[in-house]
Amino acid sequence: MWAFINKLRSPKWFYAISAKLQPFFWVAAAALILAGTVWGLAFAPADYQQGNSFRIIYVHVPAAFLAQSIFVSMAISGLVYMVWKIKVADMAATVMAPLGAAMTFVALFSGAVWGVPTWGTWWMWDARLTAMLILLFLYLGVIALRGAFTSRDSASRAASVLAMVGVINIPIIKYSVDWWYTLHQPATFTVTGRAAMPMEMWVPLLIMVLGFYSFFIALTLMRTRSEILRREGTKRWVQDLVTGQPEEKR
Amino acid sequence: MSLCLQARQLACERDDRWLFEGLDLDIRSGEIVRIEGPNGSGKTTLLKILSGQHSDYQGELFWNGVAMSDTREHFLANLLYLGHAPGIKSGLSPLENLAWYQALSGESGNEAQRLEALESVGLAGFEDVPSGQLSAGQQRRVALARLRLTPRALWVLDEPFTAIDRDGVAALERQLVAHAQAGGCVLVTTHHELTASSLLRRIALG
Amino acid sequence: MRASLMPLHDHKGGLMIAVKATLMRDLTLMLRRRGEMLNPLVFFALVITLFPIAISPDPELLAVIAPGLLWVAALLAALLSLDSLFRSDYDDGSLEQLLLAPQPLAALGLAKVAVHWLLTGLPLALMAPLLGIMLALPAGSYAVLALSLALGTASLSLIGAIGAALTVGLARGGVLLSLLVLPLYIPVLIFGAGAVQAAIMGDGVSAHLAILGALLAASLMLAPWAIAASLRISING
Repeated sequence: MWAFINKLRSPKWFYAISAKLQPFFWVAAAALILAGTVWGLAFAPADYQQGNSFRIIYVHVPAAFLAQSIFVSMAISGLVYMVWKIKVADMAATVMAPLGAAMTFVALFSGAVWGVPTWGTWWMWDARLTAMLILLFLYLGVIALRGAFTSRDSASRAASVLAMVGVINIPIIKYSVDWWYTLHQPATFTVTGRAAMPMEMWVPLLIMVLGFYSFFIALTLMRTRSEILRREGTKRWVQDLVTGQPEEKR
Repeated sequence: MSLCLQARQLACERDDRWLFEGLDLDIRSGEIVRIEGPNGSGKTTLLKILSGQHSDYQGELFWNGVAMSDTREHFLANLLYLGHAPGIKSGLSPLENLAWYQALSGESGNEAQRLEALESVGLAGFEDVPSGQLSAGQQRRVALARLRLTPRALWVLDEPFTAIDRDGVAALERQLVAHAQAGGCVLVTTHHELTASSLLRRIALG
Repeated sequence: MRASLMPLHDHKGGLMIAVKATLMRDLTLMLRRRGEMLNPLVFFALVITLFPIAISPDPELLAVIAPGLLWVAALLAALLSLDSLFRSDYDDGSLEQLLLAPQPLAALGLAKVAVHWLLTGLPLALMAPLLGIMLALPAGSYAVLALSLALGTASLSLIGAIGAALTVGLARGGVLLSLLVLPLYIPVLIFGAGAVQAAIMGDGVSAHLAILGALLAASLMLAPWAIAASLRISING
């Protein structure tokens, strides 16, 4: 455990190890998302109530899962950075924020599109959509705060604190929004009905969720690597890498 | 008990530029240490690191041989730091300002002490004037009154002579020497030329 | 060595003295600038005035939306005053002295937040029933309105102080502060406005008030540490 943490201190080590890990996650993401899409769109049965429009679930639900998980990972990375001063953790948190915001937006947008056949309107103050909207604001806050500081160290630590404060609040926000929603006349059914889903429907969903997670890991690795190069640009090993040592040159 | 502030391999990077690297410092009782260097060489940053305000540095700090993170409270209880800004509330009178600083260190103190401290910096008669109406030099003097009011072994003073008149400068300089002679320690940056003395040591940055 | 001896102090405590002095200092400063203290109250009244003008003076309609309006306007008024919580201390250098005091920063920060609530949140809560009359708020909910606001604004001050501490070193922190803090205010808003609505409908309000109390307890436990950490970051520059 400690050996691992100490290794993480070195961006160079992370740069090397992530190069090896990255391809696996890209392949897994491509395969899972392709399989899930084909299965979900072509082979899974239509919903008896919503017909084919329910198939948007295969984008909406994985995106919503990811939106929340990314915020949690961002907060954990922030904690790791604050406690052990591991710069790679902060670089990962930096690149996760826009990705999480994008996923939140995808979840919101797919929810809105889904609303048209379901509710006959683009927007409904549904508990899940509302919580997702608040999550988007939390992401934007973290991104804006990080951008507002001139000192990189302060920016990183401020964003870490805010992410941690946010992650403590997310369950409270979710709970209170749910409570608020049930109080104000719930609509006929929520978007992601919790009703038992037949296996032919949820297996492709599970595949899609796994695919989205692989995609997230692969993309985070990739973007963290470029963040490492950007921040460590003055370091010797990066300059060696860029100018190219003889054996790599050819 | 003599005091000792040590830095080992201190380095600070700002915006991809090293302000200083591999700095080893030993600051002991009975010294006046003057940090020198051109503008932007990191004097203020170094003082902030040495007074435990900055955490964005590499290397280690020791207070009386103990790692700073383990003895922070003891260190702070013996430190008096005066920064660029005097830390004087314009809405409060000099007396009220000093009372707050005294209370921050955990003592209630009494008004006689505070009046005496103000008198020593030449502010007799200004005790109850709102500090906002004082000149910059007078506000600086209110801050300097803390040197007498709350006795601490280690003084970290960032440009303490700013806005002080000639008599005030001489008096403050005497006070620094007296503090070092009494076994205290002064860490100072200034553009003002300090009188050479056996107590004075210089550290150049940049 | 020449060194004669200068005694080193052990940390002696005196936390209560420091906290009390900080409370008194901030109270004195605020009370000497009464105009600034009144601003959030005037803002609150002004915003409430805008709604009947923009929507309709119809008392029946206003009565329906009054709980939400009063809560949102009070929340914004409390937010408005947050930016100055640490700013003047930051500007004149007393914030760095606060951070160097040999006392737990969380406790000193809590003292400053307490003053903010005492001179902003509490007056807003006391003033709200008056504005409730102007919005035709149904009888029987006035006490709950004031109580829910008094409880809720305490949480708002605590949560908001985290944002204020994070943005105090930034030149244009004000708008950013709202962006950071408003999403975190939503649970308090839901249960605060919910309490008033429940009172109007004659339902029990104890559940709402209990949850507001729980939110306050949680903020009291966690926020001071976050405020202290944030102030340390901001002073780093």
